[in-house]
Amino acid sequence: MQAELLHEARRQAEICNACRYCEGYCAVFPALHRERAFADGDLTQLANLCHNCRGCYYACQYTAPHEFDLNLPRALAEVRQASWEDFAWPAPLARAFQRNGLMIALAAAIGFAVLFWAARTFLPAGGDGFYAVMAHGTMIAIFLPAFLLPLASLAIGLRRYWRATGGGDIRLSDVAAAFGSAAKLRNLTGGHGDGCNFEDRDRFSHARRHMHQAVMYGFLLCFAATSVATLMHYALDMPAPYGFWSLPKLLGVSGGVLLTLGCAGMVALKLRADRNLGAPSAWGGEIGFVLLLGFVALSGLLLYVLGQTGLMPALLVAHLGAVLAFFLLTPFTKMAHGFYRLAALAREAANQRAVRMTGGETGP
Amino acid sequence: MDGMQASPDVVVIGGGNAALCAAITAAEAGARVLILETAPEPYRGGNSRHTRNFRCMHRGPLGPLTDSYSEDEYLADLMKVTDGRTDDTLARLAIRTSEECLPWMEARGVRFQPSLSGTLSLARTNAFFLGGGKSLVNAYYRTAAGLGVEVLYEAAVTHLNLDGDRIARVDYTCRGQSHSVSPMSVVVASGGFQADLEWLTRAWGAAAKNFLIRGTPYNRGVVLADLLDQGVESVGDPTQCHAVAIDGRAPKYDGGIVTRLDCVPFSIVVNRDAQRFYDEGEDVWPKRYAIWGRLVAAQPQQVGYVIIDAKSLELFMPSVFPPIKADTLEDLAQKMDLPPAALRETVDEFNAACGDTSGFHPTELDGVTTKGLEPPKTNWARPIDTPPYYGYSLRTGVTFTYLGLKVDETAQCSTADGPIRNLWAAGETMAGSILGQGYLAGFGMTIGTVFGRIAGREAAAHAS
Repeated sequence: MQAELLHEARRQAEICNACRYCEGYCAVFPALHRERAFADGDLTQLANLCHNCRGCYYACQYTAPHEFDLNLPRALAEVRQASWEDFAWPAPLARAFQRNGLMIALAAAIGFAVLFWAARTFLPAGGDGFYAVMAHGTMIAIFLPAFLLPLASLAIGLRRYWRATGGGDIRLSDVAAAFGSAAKLRNLTGGHGDGCNFEDRDRFSHARRHMHQAVMYGFLLCFAATSVATLMHYALDMPAPYGFWSLPKLLGVSGGVLLTLGCAGMVALKLRADRNLGAPSAWGGEIGFVLLLGFVALSGLLLYVLGQTGLMPALLVAHLGAVLAFFLLTPFTKMAHGFYRLAALAREAANQRAVRMTGGETGP
Repeated sequence: MDGMQASPDVVVIGGGNAALCAAITAAEAGARVLILETAPEPYRGGNSRHTRNFRCMHRGPLGPLTDSYSEDEYLADLMKVTDGRTDDTLARLAIRTSEECLPWMEARGVRFQPSLSGTLSLARTNAFFLGGGKSLVNAYYRTAAGLGVEVLYEAAVTHLNLDGDRIARVDYTCRGQSHSVSPMSVVVASGGFQADLEWLTRAWGAAAKNFLIRGTPYNRGVVLADLLDQGVESVGDPTQCHAVAIDGRAPKYDGGIVTRLDCVPFSIVVNRDAQRFYDEGEDVWPKRYAIWGRLVAAQPQQVGYVIIDAKSLELFMPSVFPPIKADTLEDLAQKMDLPPAALRETVDEFNAACGDTSGFHPTELDGVTTKGLEPPKTNWARPIDTPPYYGYSLRTGVTFTYLGLKVDETAQCSTADGPIRNLWAAGETMAGSILGQGYLAGFGMTIGTVFGRIAGREAAAHAS
């Protein structure tokens, strides 16, 4: 990681540690206040614990034009962004995609082409519905590796993260605490429950938290739909297509609607928010990622609505191509943040546990 | 005038806590309110930007406050720090009203949190703002905007035209242009004069040039001076102020909270000649920080030097600038521009006076004291003998001055001839009415909130 990013984050963290006014906003500050000096790993952990709610920025008496020139959300965003690029395996892929929306669009286009080529090359011998366009076996041959390879890559990245931030063992209770926090996006509630500062300067709102929830739960519902369908296909010998009142469809349609709306909302919020309070160079990559995810959701919904029309084959290829790009890019785009965020929350739970065992903070 | 179609009913001069409480209260009563804030928008809020808590009476658990804090206990705490130099009626009014202020503040967007780390001794008496004073200021500006209050930034009031028993006109400049406005009511809430170093020098002599100003550079006392020149009644002594000892490397203005140093109780403090001058262990730091500003101001060149050793480095809150560090006392003296032999002698003498240190306890008055030393160190007296040694320079950091406008229970100002019918004052500019000397943590915000609300109420009533 560039030394100047860590240097700047350290400079700011030291000022914050002498102030402490922001202690109540989120998990970052109590974690920061436990340290007297900040090693690179400490800063990486704080950066990944930060949800970029911006409460601390608008409350800060030391933002520019003050000579201390604090902008902690940005300093941590820069470190966070760089850490995802450093920990990713292979790292050059993260450097290519994390900050570059055009590259993400290009990957999606390649995804379309691969699916188009596959549909043309491996003509299905019979099959109903979607399987008339592309055989089930062809889909599996493409998507099984496209699902497993990114998971392996993420596992390597997370292991690197865990080592860089101090190593040590992890308990189930730490993981449970991390999922509990993420499930409610507790760190975007502002500590007082009024939400965060994102789209309208110092006004607190839950807009970003709710949009993120829509994206997250929408995605999980879609993922559940696919998982259920896989089980039905293999375990129960119930191949697609499924009717509306089937579990895969109910999960998929509600998830798709949530995900589409959530992505649209996130883009709208990001357009209104001050880019200077994040990592400005990553803005294009973030927007590109959200649009790709939104396209996956919307094309999936359209496929359901227009599945009986002549548009179906083209829509199927577009949808599957976007899904392919999305899966393959998971470790190298904003999608990775969810995994690192969970690791940071688990690390924080582990650190709190260690503090409780040693009997509390240092100093009066 | 710009912006507001008709002339405002109430003009509020200043843009900090007291001004905003006045503006919100007046606007809620139906008045058209204009705030003239001399600072540019990023620096709005005066010293309130740097505050963090509100001292609040409560008869039972209230918001973030546990237990109770009675009027009499609160008043006794105030009497201790002011040595009885207070106006009993106004002090009781501020204390008694503080209890209803807390829910009022919450209803207008202020959010509280449990006591900040390092301030446990204030958990029962002081309600801390989540995010600190700037978040309070932001919340109030949002509330005021919702009530239709108009705010002009970089609007510097130059003159209040006192015509008999009323303010006839308010003159101000805004971005290079001169304006006048003739409201029904005027509230002055524009702080003390501490940022006007010439005025400080007139009061303190040449020593004032070595003072640091902890808060806003915009509190230059222009309106205060203008009113005093016209015979408006004043209260307080120009040398009295809330001043603390802060890191000598702090910025001249606006260093705020981070420049505080909590290490004095674990140190010895010497002057430029490497001589000790006061009991460093007299009491816990939150009860003593406010006297050290004046102690340092009385030393040659208004500077003190804190000396600690490795044993004590982690016993206090981290400092914003790292301490000066050396392996020997002589090297430390050299780095800090102190006479090395004299520092060695002072430390040796101190160390020899230390007794049994087994009862040392950093967060309580532990009675670990020196024997036969003048001045003594009556708590936390451990020898300075474990290298590396660390040092900080200390300077006087002025928070706000107490010379101000004299007000009555309705926050109304007066001349020798009687009340000025349409002029009220709130906040630091009238705090000298209650704080004759000394300071009680969180009391500035109490005075600002209580009297800001009273001033707003009276100003709106007069305008309608």
